[in-house]
Amino acid sequence: MYVAVKGGEQAIANAHRWLADRRRGSRESAELEVAQVEGQLRLAVARVMAEASLYDPELAALAIKQASGDMVEAVFLLRAYRTTLPRLAETVPLDTAAMHIERRVSATYKDIPGGQVLGPTYDYTHRLLDFLQLAKGETPTPVEAEEMLATCPQILELLDDEGLLEREADDGSEPYDITRDPPDFPVDRATRLQMLARGDEGYLLALGYSTQRGYGRNHPFAGEIRLGRVAVEIEVEECEVPMCIGEIEISECQMINQFGGSREVAPQFTRGYGLAFGHNERKTMAMALVDRALRAEELGETPTGPAQQAEFVLAHADSVESAGFVSHLKLPHYVDFQSELELLRRLRREHAARRLQPDEQPTTAPEEQQA
Amino acid sequence: MNDYSDATTGYNFAYLDEQTKRMIRRGLLKAVAIPGYQVPFGGREMPMPYGWGTGGMQLTASVLGQDDVLKVIDQGADDTTNAVSIRAFFERVAGVTTTSATAEADVIQTRHRIPEQPLRQGQILVFQVPIPEPLRFIEPSEEETRLMHALEEYGVMHVKLYEDIARHGHIATTYAYPVKVDGRYVTDPSPIPKFDNPKLHMAEALMLFGAGREKRLYAIPPYTRVESLDFEDHPFEVQQWEEPCAICGARDTFLDEVITDDRGGRMFVCSDTDYCQSRREEVA
Repeated sequence: MYVAVKGGEQAIANAHRWLADRRRGSRESAELEVAQVEGQLRLAVARVMAEASLYDPELAALAIKQASGDMVEAVFLLRAYRTTLPRLAETVPLDTAAMHIERRVSATYKDIPGGQVLGPTYDYTHRLLDFLQLAKGETPTPVEAEEMLATCPQILELLDDEGLLEREADDGSEPYDITRDPPDFPVDRATRLQMLARGDEGYLLALGYSTQRGYGRNHPFAGEIRLGRVAVEIEVEECEVPMCIGEIEISECQMINQFGGSREVAPQFTRGYGLAFGHNERKTMAMALVDRALRAEELGETPTGPAQQAEFVLAHADSVESAGFVSHLKLPHYVDFQSELELLRRLRREHAARRLQPDEQPTTAPEEQQA
Repeated sequence: MNDYSDATTGYNFAYLDEQTKRMIRRGLLKAVAIPGYQVPFGGREMPMPYGWGTGGMQLTASVLGQDDVLKVIDQGADDTTNAVSIRAFFERVAGVTTTSATAEADVIQTRHRIPEQPLRQGQILVFQVPIPEPLRFIEPSEEETRLMHALEEYGVMHVKLYEDIARHGHIATTYAYPVKVDGRYVTDPSPIPKFDNPKLHMAEALMLFGAGREKRLYAIPPYTRVESLDFEDHPFEVQQWEEPCAICGARDTFLDEVITDDRGGRMFVCSDTDYCQSRREEVA
């Protein structure tokens, strides 16, 4: 006998309790503290902050803990919190040239003013599992330099002086805010960069990679990758100079790409740009590749790869949107499915009838006429 | 140190802040003024996933008043998990009275169905919409489809329906069946079964459509002409069942198929649980 599906409320409550229990895990080990996540899973924290568009390491760590380490879920939690926050002020543009450098490398010059700084990187580590960490070995403290690094000039500025690289200047226009206004395709580059900055890392990585394999190749060189802390400043009415309200850690990647040029314009290198909160190097590199790919039309290139199609790239970059819509397939679709079932059964009946009477025209099935 | 000790309370009435609600209501006014036209709006992240009704929820939040009675259905039923979840959300953040009785509700948020009982003047039906663009599966680019709407260039849609007929002998669209609103805009009625399409025509209630992920909203105001696209020799038709509802005996409702055993046994029951129950009570 059919019993109407009741008790959804109780089922949901029980599911949440079970989930909380699973998140806690075995009570024999100590509960994970948010501060531990923040301090020891800093790259996860950085990714969640970047894709949630909210710089708050503590809340990002909380989101990671609450999501049992599911990064897409953690991004969603932080994003949903972000959307409730009031707008207090707008910052002046970050000056990444004035960054307190922690890491800074260039693949285009051997030696650069200010020097190459490897910083805390997984590059050049041998990817061998470190069983000492299973045995809770002590981690040695790092070697420290005698003095802080001075601010370093941007490598691309050096090329800029010679005119070898296309110039980029602030045209002073008010930036579009993708968190407040709906996308209006085609969108300008500043808007694209906003969308890429919160785009899913894996997605951007795959698209950036596709350009390297020939689907819209753009001949990139890693001009400069830098990581460090920059001052966040706001303009206050009573003050003549902007006021610093704190520092945030960011990663920046400036790609140098092969040149364009025309009869009127001398050939120049072009740029791709990537920026993200926290230590997010892979993301910024992928972002820079995709940014450059999306400039195809502007630079007079014929789009040949998916990474060059702005609507395709941008409309599917957001993990909160894509995860939501894919997961909604779990919701009931009884009604739509029933509609399809009814049609399919009818089509099959008619198909069977036609096979018995080969002369009959498909569009004059009698049962359809009377419907 | 962040102070988030009050994180579960302290939200504005119906979750969204008043500025956001006002922005959405402005969009809704435009949508009502241009029936069937998709109005872009600054959709916000909701604390539920995109695709689970965030568009509908933002519209509901924007039109809901403190004295309104809210009904939430999914697949026609009040007790499906997502309907339960959305109803619980508004009980928590708006403290409004909720009901499962269609006639008692001021605002009804729905996914995939229109209630069987005709809606009356003053009621608002809010649809959750996954893909608001009826031309999307013919033309994936938003830039292009916007232009097609502006030029009223809807030939491709008829070509698509015609191709169905050529291939299957029928128009093979059974839900989200495209309509023309007030003789102008081809509009997606959301994934309701085409069975429900006739209820859109000259309806007494205000019908609002919200697509959160796509950040679009649109409306069918009361007493608006809504025609389902068809051909003279292939007129629009709705689904029919050979048997009545196994519970209330209704012959004029949309029926869900329920599998009763693993030997092909099945029965058909009303998808609108409130309608089915009230009919049973009448009989009893």
